[in-house]
Amino acid sequence: MNNYIGIDIGSTNSKIAVLDENENLIKTYVSSTGFSSKDTAKKLMDEALSSGIDRKDAKVVATGYGRVSVDDSDKTVTEITCHAKGAVYLFKNKNLVIIDIGGQDTKIIEVEDGNVKDFIMNDKCSAGTGRFLDVMARTMELDIPKLCELAKTGGGVTISSLCTVFAESEIISLIGRSEKKENIANAVVMSIVQKVASQTKKVSLVGKQVCLTGGLCDMDFILDALSKSFGVKVVSDKNARFAGAIGAALYAKGLK
Amino acid sequence: MSVNELPKKFEEFGEARRLGFLKAKEHKDKGGRLAGIFCTFTPLEIFDAAGIVPVSLCGTSEETIPDAEVNLPKNLCPLIKSSYGFAVSDKCPYTYFSDIIVGETTCDGKKKMYELLSELKDTYILHLPQGIDRPYVLDMWESEIRLLKEKFEKKFGITITDDDVRAACVKRNKERLLKVKMFELSKSIPPKNYYKGIHKVVDSLNFTFDLDETMKNIKKMHDDIEENYKINGSPVKLTDKRIMISGCPISGVADKTIGVVEDNGGVVVVMDSCSGIKPARNLVDVEAPNIYRAIAERYIKIGCAVMTPNENRMTMIKELVDEYKVEGIIDVVLQSCHPFSVERYQVKKLSEDLGVPYMSIETDYSTSDVGQLTTRIQAFIEML
Ligand code: SF4
Ligand code: SF4
Repeated sequence: MNNYIGIDIGSTNSKIAVLDENENLIKTYVSSTGFSSKDTAKKLMDEALSSGIDRKDAKVVATGYGRVSVDDSDKTVTEITCHAKGAVYLFKNKNLVIIDIGGQDTKIIEVEDGNVKDFIMNDKCSAGTGRFLDVMARTMELDIPKLCELAKTGGGVTISSLCTVFAESEIISLIGRSEKKENIANAVVMSIVQKVASQTKKVSLVGKQVCLTGGLCDMDFILDALSKSFGVKVVSDKNARFAGAIGAALYAKGLK
Repeated sequence: MSVNELPKKFEEFGEARRLGFLKAKEHKDKGGRLAGIFCTFTPLEIFDAAGIVPVSLCGTSEETIPDAEVNLPKNLCPLIKSSYGFAVSDKCPYTYFSDIIVGETTCDGKKKMYELLSELKDTYILHLPQGIDRPYVLDMWESEIRLLKEKFEKKFGITITDDDVRAACVKRNKERLLKVKMFELSKSIPPKNYYKGIHKVVDSLNFTFDLDETMKNIKKMHDDIEENYKINGSPVKLTDKRIMISGCPISGVADKTIGVVEDNGGVVVVMDSCSGIKPARNLVDVEAPNIYRAIAERYIKIGCAVMTPNENRMTMIKELVDEYKVEGIIDVVLQSCHPFSVERYQVKKLSEDLGVPYMSIETDYSTSDVGQLTTRIQAFIEML
């Protein structure tokens, strides 16, 4: 029996997804990417094969920003195409707007009839990405889930800088003025939500389901805030962080 | 008559650069004239008629940007900074040995940069109209071209006759036709060659000092590609997606645009920009009674984003999409280039009307965004 393996080497975390012949998701695994994406790629491949899969019976597609470091893949495909395939699979919907807040970039992907119609990727800076949240959380001595939790009860403060470096100093001065932690947390999360929302509004949401993939997919505060901003419910899935890897595995199934 | 000194830092330069300096020096030592230019609007025929070799000084490397940023702001287009940087650092043989620099009032950044440049070199500025829809536009542009001729006559103590100018027009038309013929090799399905190589040669032609030699080289490249095609067929895969690159001049970012497209399942079939086919489209009417008028008419049609409105670019994109069977448009904007950056709106709308997928990328001369650009371009091609 054949298996299909998708490996997604992201800037922060790397993921694998394994599908069987009938497109059932039989394994997922995530690990931090670390310093060497080559080592990570090897580790992930071993992990994928550990459940008794023979490399000869498997097709492997690599995606993500470190996709070229996967020596043993049959093909490399961009994360845009893979996220689209993965999201169509997870949300069982062929007309989607996918918001993927990644470690170093944020992508908005418009999918029509199951195909990528258009996509937007932020330019080379960390505004509006997972990295931004990470830096801010660290400045506040929190982690991202706690930051999002705290944000729920805060409000009334805004930070104006989108640049990670400037925003960090804004936060430090807010802390210095003894602003309440939950208010600062709220300001941080809302700043990223607004940035992502304004990017998303460049594509047409009409007739499409809006979904959130990537590492922030189970932060319900972000989902709620995005939903409010668009006036439609933004959905996610517990496996949405694996959307890229799942899409890569699906792509592998299509390989001859 | 060796009055032409090499720059003090000459010995520190790499080999290619030293050769460039020696070639330019040789040209000058033999009494040749050299002018630096920056823009497709510059009427080359006047230079030819005056016996001046025009060389483009548009900087294409980030190497000299730190030198430029001593006097120029950071948030300026890399082409402008790089060009000025080459001039202040004495690193460009053609800037260094040019007798005169001819600029033009195009975008604000370039226009103001020329003021700094004029401290280093004799710099003359052509005044371009801001659009082409006013009734006086041709009168104005014609007188600008005549003023340029007078400037040359005075500076070099020469007389330029109408016949000289007309003869120059005939020759430049020939060169344009040869270029277009070569570009048209990409019209076939699949194109007869990848664009990467073509671009390298077109770029290097700019530094040939002899128009006859340039024309010979263009023809040779055309014939070589044609010949190879007859024997071996096209190296391009039939599945490669046919891409048009539009927007700013891209010689400083060729590897991360053309290169990335062609390494990832695409083939560039045409570039509408000043690094591509734009300078070669449209001919001068050499039969016209007033040859200056004819030159003015030819050049004013150039569809550049510095014009408002800029219908001619849209018309040309439409024609090229059709002629070259374009499957996707990548609009390349250099960072801080306002004219082309704002105009993306119209190009995107036009692409939607034409039903051709569109993507725009903003980049500079650094290599820091290569990974990101590769993902975006690859994804765009996967989408087609
Ligand atoms: S893009 Fe416009 S301003 Fe720049 S060289 Fe071309 S015509 Fe001149
Ligand atoms: S690319 Fe844009 S900003 Fe740069 S010189 Fe040309 S028109 Fe001016």
